[in-house]
Amino acid sequence: MSIRDVFSKAFLKYILQRVGQCIIVIFIGINIAFIIPRLAPTNPIELKINQMLTSGASNYPEAVQLFREAMYDLYGLKGSLGEQYLSFWKRFLQGNLGPSIFAYPRPVMDLIWNSMPWTIGLLLTTSLLSWIIGNLLGGLAGYYSEKRWTKWVELAANCVRPVPYYIAAFILLIVFCFLIPIFPTTGAYAPGLKEGWSIQFALSVLYHCFLPGLSLVIVSIGAWLLGMRSLVSNIISEDYVQYAEVGGVKRRTILSKYIMRNAMLPQITGLGMSLGGIFSGALITEYVFGIPGIGMLSYRAVTNFDYSLIMGVSIFSIVGVAVSALFVDLLYPIFDPRVRLS
Amino acid sequence: MRKAFAGLWKTSGSFRFGIISLVFAVFMVVMSFFSPFKPMESFAVTPDLRPSFTHLFGTNSRGQDLFWQMTFALRNSLMFGVLTAILSRIIAIWVGMYSGYKGGFIDKAMMSVNDSFVIIPVLPILLLLNFLLREKMNWFYMALMMALLGWAYDARLIRSQVMSLKVRIFSDTAVFCGMPTLRIIYKEHLPYVLPIIFATTINNLLWSIGMEVTLSILGLTNINVPTIGVVFFWANQHQALISGVWWWVAVPVVVTVFVFTGLYLLSVSLNEYIDPRTRLRMKGGAV
Repeated sequence: MSIRDVFSKAFLKYILQRVGQCIIVIFIGINIAFIIPRLAPTNPIELKINQMLTSGASNYPEAVQLFREAMYDLYGLKGSLGEQYLSFWKRFLQGNLGPSIFAYPRPVMDLIWNSMPWTIGLLLTTSLLSWIIGNLLGGLAGYYSEKRWTKWVELAANCVRPVPYYIAAFILLIVFCFLIPIFPTTGAYAPGLKEGWSIQFALSVLYHCFLPGLSLVIVSIGAWLLGMRSLVSNIISEDYVQYAEVGGVKRRTILSKYIMRNAMLPQITGLGMSLGGIFSGALITEYVFGIPGIGMLSYRAVTNFDYSLIMGVSIFSIVGVAVSALFVDLLYPIFDPRVRLS
Repeated sequence: MRKAFAGLWKTSGSFRFGIISLVFAVFMVVMSFFSPFKPMESFAVTPDLRPSFTHLFGTNSRGQDLFWQMTFALRNSLMFGVLTAILSRIIAIWVGMYSGYKGGFIDKAMMSVNDSFVIIPVLPILLLLNFLLREKMNWFYMALMMALLGWAYDARLIRSQVMSLKVRIFSDTAVFCGMPTLRIIYKEHLPYVLPIIFATTINNLLWSIGMEVTLSILGLTNINVPTIGVVFFWANQHQALISGVWWWVAVPVVVTVFVFTGLYLLSVSLNEYIDPRTRLRMKGGAV
């Protein structure tokens, strides 16, 4: 495949179409994220002011009034819904998501950037690992479906698949932290260690994040495995596979070159979607294992009525999913020659 | 029907296990209506009793009998999951089939709305709504909300299936034979779409129950209505493991894993059975 092939006119049109679609989808998504919190009947700022008044911080009526106005302005809740909407977009396009409420005056962007590495590190590794393992096992299980071990693998996947994630994580926590205490119960690294690029720190992070990582891999392997298996079992009966088998092509070659390459396509799309999901974090994982990532941040945001932070996390996640879906769409021609040619 | 049941029972271990756990789940749900206690009545029995013949699953630190707690929890969680699945299926099937059949501009417009719903982060929105509406929240509203947020991906799956069926030769044959469109949809296409609808229903049900557990653990649902998540929430609140009341945690874990794994295996074996391709293969025909 030469460069000219890739950048043919048809492909440029394809790219432009996908980028346009992505922008529309992000726009609609952000609008929904803007509207939903504003439909809720509770006003976070009045709540905050009531909290302050009851704790007896200051009760000069003028001061309270001034404070109230400043707060409404700061959180983009000033004026009618239309005015709020315009000022929201103005700020958003400047890359300003406002200050956080519970960690005032730290900007929302700052908080998100600080939590992002934990979540991305944990979820990127586990998503890729479980995707690779799940698809390999699924392909084998689909192709060698008459073998005994594939039945067991499939049964195991079917048994793990429906267990709510919390319960799976909890079982691991009990087994490996209480019954056989070989892993630490909480935290992303040993307490007292300084964050930085040292080997000691890296090892500590690896040790602490092994169990949460394992729980995520175990839970998500099943879905990939079962998806791949059913894709493969559909492809097996295609004429070209039967032809290759009759023609004496090695079974391993048939599986890797004839079947897996075809079956992989929908799985690649799925991977794109799940990578996008990284940006909203694995809330329960981070909650159960005490990791200071995006999921933990959004939990704290919600329990503190932190409007701007919730908006911030949601927007990051919307953009993240849409962009990684776009990214996968753009990579698609490399995997699928049919898209490349038409 | 009876023959199909007997055949499945004989050949499929998943089906047998599934039926057993279904019977158990139905038994628990029915028992919940005969409970001697009110759902959240506390200190009705001696607290912290180990599982025994008088208290089958033991009692917890709040003085509740865990067996009766689990009957309520299972009933509410299942009702919530089924309702969510049904409501979101109505949207997903309609959008998927309509969009797939119509194609063109309508399809494009519907799919950009659909894709926006796919990428909306469900968890932050659910967290926020649950937090803001906590007192007014009940499982019916929550099911409605989850249904509104959880249909989009499945609609896309159904649509892609419909689109590929539309161009198959048997569809053209049916059209040329003068079969009316609705009949083609129900007689010719639905059997092929049904396995997907069925599989997505089960997945959606499991997803919604998992979400409910997540939200309850965080204390963001109505914690005075027992569900599976709420049982965990109270066990965590009383630090059941540390105070040695391990059965408070073990019981919901075992019951949940048993019931949901069973129901899932049941759905898998049924799904294989209703898929026309599997039956063709079993009869030795070409697919």
